[in-house]
Amino acid sequence: MSGTGARENVFATRMALTNTKLRLKGAQTGHSLLAKKRDALTTRFRAILRKVDEAKRKMGRVMQLASFSMAEVTYTTGDIAYLVQEQAKLATFRVKAKQENVSGVVLPAFEVDRVAGSGMFLSRRTFSSQAYTCPDFNLTGLGRGGQQIMKAKEVYAKALETLVELASLQTAFTILDEVIRATNRRVNAIEHVVMPRLDNTIKYILSELDEMDREEFFRLKKVQGKKKRDNAARDANLEEHQPSAIDNAIGPEETGSVDLLSSKDDDVIF
Amino acid sequence: MTTSFKDRNLIAVIGDEDSITGLLLAGIGQINENQKKNFLVVDSKTQVATIEGAFQEFTERKDIAILLINQHIAERIRPTVDKYQQAFPALLEIPSKDHPYDPSKDSILKRVQKLFGE
Repeated sequence: MSGTGARENVFATRMALTNTKLRLKGAQTGHSLLAKKRDALTTRFRAILRKVDEAKRKMGRVMQLASFSMAEVTYTTGDIAYLVQEQAKLATFRVKAKQENVSGVVLPAFEVDRVAGSGMFLSRRTFSSQAYTCPDFNLTGLGRGGQQIMKAKEVYAKALETLVELASLQTAFTILDEVIRATNRRVNAIEHVVMPRLDNTIKYILSELDEMDREEFFRLKKVQGKKKRDNAARDANLEEHQPSAIDNAIGPEETGSVDLLSSKDDDVIF
Repeated sequence: MTTSFKDRNLIAVIGDEDSITGLLLAGIGQINENQKKNFLVVDSKTQVATIEGAFQEFTERKDIAILLINQHIAERIRPTVDKYQQAFPALLEIPSKDHPYDPSKDSILKRVQKLFGE
């Protein structure tokens, strides 16, 4: 039983047993804590999963709308792609990262952050009435189609907001996925490696201690038996000697020496 | 990881001309001091290697928080996109004008479907 599974390399002592029992208890506590963490994360993960799915579909619609408005711009203004690309210098549509804590896991959340761009044509703010215009493109569509461009800009900004939201969901999704996997690995490792090993160690120590107990008992029995045998032998011996002593007592005047001599005398007599 | 996403605040795009124009109109365009753009216009003549290069560059840059890529372009470098697992920058596949959005091709949605299917 003790030699079946992997176990710690310890001496089978009472102290090692206590230590291992304590460690097993610790492992059990850790296991239950990690399992709780995993459950909390999984709950969160499921919620995010559903949201990601929804947001992706919503994004499809929003981007379609944005493409339509772009088509309108192209129809009225002509190709502005080159113009726009050349004028892009500094991003005015940025994101800000916040963080959120879900049972010890830091999840980032992006937020739209619009900053005033340092446009080249600040003097001619054609679209400055808009809340978030980017001064860089204020000359674009000055001839015609200005309104369409304005609209496209707004629609695209809206679409980007959706995209940013989706991006933070997706990042949370990726991170959570990773963390859940790591937690699962830990939970399983404790459950299937650490705890059985400690269990085996405890069993091993117990069996060794039992074995030692039995050995000790057997040894004591043996010693007792030996003592008994010795005693019996001595008693027998004593009884054997007793008559000789009596003999000696009969004729004490013959020899005034010790027993040893008297026994020798017996031998001599025989 | 916890410190690095603080200074990520740009959105990068790899897309066709129309998508790029629209997104630039919204104001995401940025050209840094090394004249590096945060967008790449892809048309039918663009080499796959160019797209891959831009993809690598954008994912390795430290100031980009979100990378948008048109789905039909992502399709052309699908192995690279599928291999991409990092949290930052977040990779988003967006539909383009000529190519409607197909959720079954999205690498993230594929994982979502897989997880739901389990």
